[in-house]
Amino acid sequence: MATDGEVLLGLVEEFVSGQQDSKAAAAARGVKTGQFKILELVEALGLSLTSSQPQTRARGVQLLSEVLRECDSGLSEKEVEVLVAFYENRLKDHYVILPHVLQGIKALTKTPLWPPGLAVSVLRSLFRDIHVQSLMLVERSCVYSILINLMEYKEEELKGLGADFVFGFVQAMDSERDPRNLLLAFQIARNILLRGYELGKFTEELFEVTSGYFPLDFTPPPNNPHGITQEDLIVALRGVLSGTARFAEFLLPLIIEKLDSDVQKAKLDCLQTLEACVSVYSYRELKAFLSGLWASLRREVFQTASEKIEAAGLSALSALSACLSRSVLDSQGDDVLHVFLDLVVQDCQHHLCEPDLKLVWPSAKLLQAAASASYRASHRITSAVLPKLMEQYISETQCAHRRTLLEVLQGFVQPIQSSVPLEGADENVFSAFRESLCNVVFSALSESNSGLQVAACRVLASLCQQPGLLLASDVELAVSHLTRLVLEDGEPQVSMAVLECSRALSFLHTSTFAAIMVPRLKGEIFTEPMAQDDGPSPKALRERCMTALAAVSNQPGVIRESAPVLLEVLASSHTGTGSFAADDALAACRSLQRIVQQAPDVEDTGRFFHDIIIPRLLGLALQAGLWRGVSPPRESPLAEEPVLQALVPVMGMACARLQPQLSAVTAARVVSLFLDGDVSFLLEDGLPSGLQLLRVQHSWSLSQLTCLLMACVCSVPQSVELPQLERLMAELEELSCTSTYPFCYTAASKCFAGLVNKRPAGEALDLLLDRVMGRICSELDHASSSVRLQAFTLLLWVTKALLIRYHPRASVLTDKMFSLLTDRELGPLVADGFSVLMSDPVDVLTRAGHADVRIMYRQRFFTENSAKLVQGFNSAEKEMKPGYLKALSHIVNNLPRQVQLSELPALLPLLLEALSCPDQAVQLSTLSCLHPVLMESLPASTLCLQLEGLVSHLLGLTSSPTMKVRIASLRCLNAVSHFPEHEVIPFRDRVLRALAPPLDDKKRLVRKEAVATRGEWFLLGSPGR
Amino acid sequence: MSGGTLLENANPLIFQRSGERPVTLEEEDENFADPIDDREVFDILAVLPTDQVMTPNVLVYAVYPRDAYHTTLHLIRSINDPEHPLSLEELNVVEEMRVHVNDQASTVGVEFTPTIPHCSMATLIGLSIKVKLLRSLPDRFKIDVHITPGTHTAEEAVNKQLADKERVAAALENSHLLEVVNHCLNTKSA
Repeated sequence: MATDGEVLLGLVEEFVSGQQDSKAAAAARGVKTGQFKILELVEALGLSLTSSQPQTRARGVQLLSEVLRECDSGLSEKEVEVLVAFYENRLKDHYVILPHVLQGIKALTKTPLWPPGLAVSVLRSLFRDIHVQSLMLVERSCVYSILINLMEYKEEELKGLGADFVFGFVQAMDSERDPRNLLLAFQIARNILLRGYELGKFTEELFEVTSGYFPLDFTPPPNNPHGITQEDLIVALRGVLSGTARFAEFLLPLIIEKLDSDVQKAKLDCLQTLEACVSVYSYRELKAFLSGLWASLRREVFQTASEKIEAAGLSALSALSACLSRSVLDSQGDDVLHVFLDLVVQDCQHHLCEPDLKLVWPSAKLLQAAASASYRASHRITSAVLPKLMEQYISETQCAHRRTLLEVLQGFVQPIQSSVPLEGADENVFSAFRESLCNVVFSALSESNSGLQVAACRVLASLCQQPGLLLASDVELAVSHLTRLVLEDGEPQVSMAVLECSRALSFLHTSTFAAIMVPRLKGEIFTEPMAQDDGPSPKALRERCMTALAAVSNQPGVIRESAPVLLEVLASSHTGTGSFAADDALAACRSLQRIVQQAPDVEDTGRFFHDIIIPRLLGLALQAGLWRGVSPPRESPLAEEPVLQALVPVMGMACARLQPQLSAVTAARVVSLFLDGDVSFLLEDGLPSGLQLLRVQHSWSLSQLTCLLMACVCSVPQSVELPQLERLMAELEELSCTSTYPFCYTAASKCFAGLVNKRPAGEALDLLLDRVMGRICSELDHASSSVRLQAFTLLLWVTKALLIRYHPRASVLTDKMFSLLTDRELGPLVADGFSVLMSDPVDVLTRAGHADVRIMYRQRFFTENSAKLVQGFNSAEKEMKPGYLKALSHIVNNLPRQVQLSELPALLPLLLEALSCPDQAVQLSTLSCLHPVLMESLPASTLCLQLEGLVSHLLGLTSSPTMKVRIASLRCLNAVSHFPEHEVIPFRDRVLRALAPPLDDKKRLVRKEAVATRGEWFLLGSPGR
Repeated sequence: MSGGTLLENANPLIFQRSGERPVTLEEEDENFADPIDDREVFDILAVLPTDQVMTPNVLVYAVYPRDAYHTTLHLIRSINDPEHPLSLEELNVVEEMRVHVNDQASTVGVEFTPTIPHCSMATLIGLSIKVKLLRSLPDRFKIDVHITPGTHTAEEAVNKQLADKERVAAALENSHLLEVVNHCLNTKSA
């Protein structure tokens, strides 16, 4: 013990007299490890604490405080009592000691072990003996922290101080200016308000001392060392001001006054604070200020130049109205909400009726904001405004004005919470106007003005979403109006609005659409066109009908009606009955695709796809393929490539969206159809069974159906096990390597790749890959082989399949691809193949089709292979270089922007090389890579070194024979003009001269870019830029 | 250019923009040659900002709302926002019907209308238009810029100045004048 005591004395001595600050940490360690007790430290400090020299005393207290800061947790209640009493006593001491005393108290307040009564006495001394505002920043912060800590642990005791506590605090924070301390002070003030401290007669003082900062204006220093923003302070202050309703009488006049400010931020702050306040206020507080507040709000919304202020004003009004809606009716029976809303209506309504519709929008927005607050408010305003609006609409003659009125109307009928009553007893606020609203909408729909029609469609959509408003008969009428508009050859924006509205309505009124619109559209589609001379072309009409069918098919009820119509279109274009052409079949496919995409994920639709759509499409396509094979061949659009290609996404999407057990059944059926010719599940008659579709290579019309096989089996989830997988893959491999029809072997390769992608990693997959790679390589290595193209296609797709799932074999295949870049025959194709590797295909290997696609596979590919590419480029013979450049530009072009920006500077020499490559596709894709980099001009330093080459290449391309290249190079030149002036100014005269010819380009789009770019270069280096 | 002249016409009428010229199929066709036409030259001029010469910096909320609220609001806002000065089109200084282009004969004629008959900035506006056209059209064009007849008090004098090649060239030697003109030609901020 004795040695410990001596050690301690030594430490104290060295700290106090020797001024060695590090000894405090040593002492703290000692206390923490239990080497000495805190009271022993006090004893050891004895002499320093009682010294007559304030400096020495300060040093002593400092040591104690620092030790306490380190070890605030290990104190006993007794120790705390002694220490607090000591520190309290020291508060009166010399000013140099004070900072350390405050630090010590702050450290002690972190423990809740204070004996009762001590907190009150410390606070009393604190408030009595210390003038907080004359302290330094750090000490003030200490005082606030002490208050916060004590409020945390000693709430009851502090409340016992009564209003004295508030008074003490108000005095302490008066004229505080530091943002960090203000945040603490606001926190204390908010705690005072929220935790129910007694304010006594100091309510106004507390308000005064905090509201002095309102509206808050604070610009952080340039580098903002403390990370405190104006927004932080505003929110903290708002928390205080809106903390209690007792501030209302002071705050509301202040807000009204400050709203007059010219500073936009101050206005915004006022409005947002008002919104926050009224959520805690009641009518009693607001009563005296309602008209003043309304006048200010109205002025702000009417006259504002900023959308933010307008929005803030509107939500403040809405909050105000909500607050009044909560108020209980007073004894006189005056409904305060009604009184206020009448004021709003009175001031706004006449603007809705002015003949020139000046201020109609701000007024409407104000009314809508007030109405949105509650059911009662909504009711009051609606009943006052709607009749006037509709009356005005009917009497108005100008279309533009009527349209504006309709748009205003739509704002009112927009479905929001408040228009629906809370209890079932009340009805929808619009019920009383149902009939007249419908009349207005339907009459507008019948107008010939497109603007009116569009606006009416929007109103109708809103009306329908009001629960329980429209009657069944109204909906029926609405649907027939919409049907009529679909059939009319209207302007594009009308068609879009009609479809939009139909889509919204069909969600809610499925059966009406299935009963009225679908049969009507079906009738139109199958009506034999009249004489060609009058009316819109029948093809366009049919296409509109099919688009509309797709648009309304978002519920099972409609899909069951609409999809068969489209299938029937396909069937009759297939059989040649009716006057359908391949275009109609394509349109039907597009609509079916849309339906399959937007169908809800329910058992019902899955079953429908499985039972009807998939078998029917397969059957039709099969029959069409067979017809081509007989002699004489029978034509059918379904045997044509574009239609089959359009069918692929329909089938793929439908299979991908099936429920698991259904998708297993479908996949099994399709596999047995293609392998064994099992046609039992198809609905068409007269299909031969036992036909092995993957082996009928002599008949391209049948083997091209492989694309449908691909659509099905490559879209099922990975968990679904395909039957006869080995055999299927072997036959696909055979077909892809032997077929002579590009469409067939490409589909077979894709299908094979899709299956490879989903096979679990392991020995089976490795063996399969070994076999395929062996075959591919042997074909490719034989320069005389007739199926090198086929082998390459298979290689490309298998590479893609492995690449996107990060399979380790991918790199081997990629290297094979790179080595083929120098192949004389395949080189250009290989270069283009890299765009397949890097882009997302639409029909196979998609995430939607449950393929195994890892994120960022492109970046990975790029990092792994860019060096190889550059190396290959450098070592390649001259005539092979373009292939590398093309591959590079495909790869880079598909990378995400961010990666491009960071990687491009390193590749710049190569890209510049690519600009001189004669292939225009390479030029274009390189220019489109370069443009964002040039715009960013961040890596300007690297670019500047190459500037000479860059400018020369770009100028050369402005006379390219391809319009798009000319445009892109001009855009890049425009971006270059924004480089640092000293870098580009040497090129100014040359660029200006070179840009004169493009001003006379034969294409207007090129001239437009040339004018813009030349203008920028002219401004370069001259005054006034 | 000084504060006083800015307020000359503090409350101008504001006109709606005619919107982007839609791109036609012919324009996208490589083989088709599009002649330079009125609209094209108008589009070059329409976007030029006017803040240096005549944008008011005070405007009461009395702008007549047009067809749709948002357009008007946009216009009103663009007045208050110094970063989006009004364009020549929005003040109706240039109109498509007052631009005459003959591609074959290589002539361009532009009539511009000062916002008020005694607008002291008319020469400057004319000069800006002329310089913009010189920079934006092929050399072969003969460019004629003048004030719409009967819309300005000093019409003749201004027209004469604008037609005089020497004086235009001399004006552009003056770096202060060039600065103002360049500022009017800087469409980046607009």
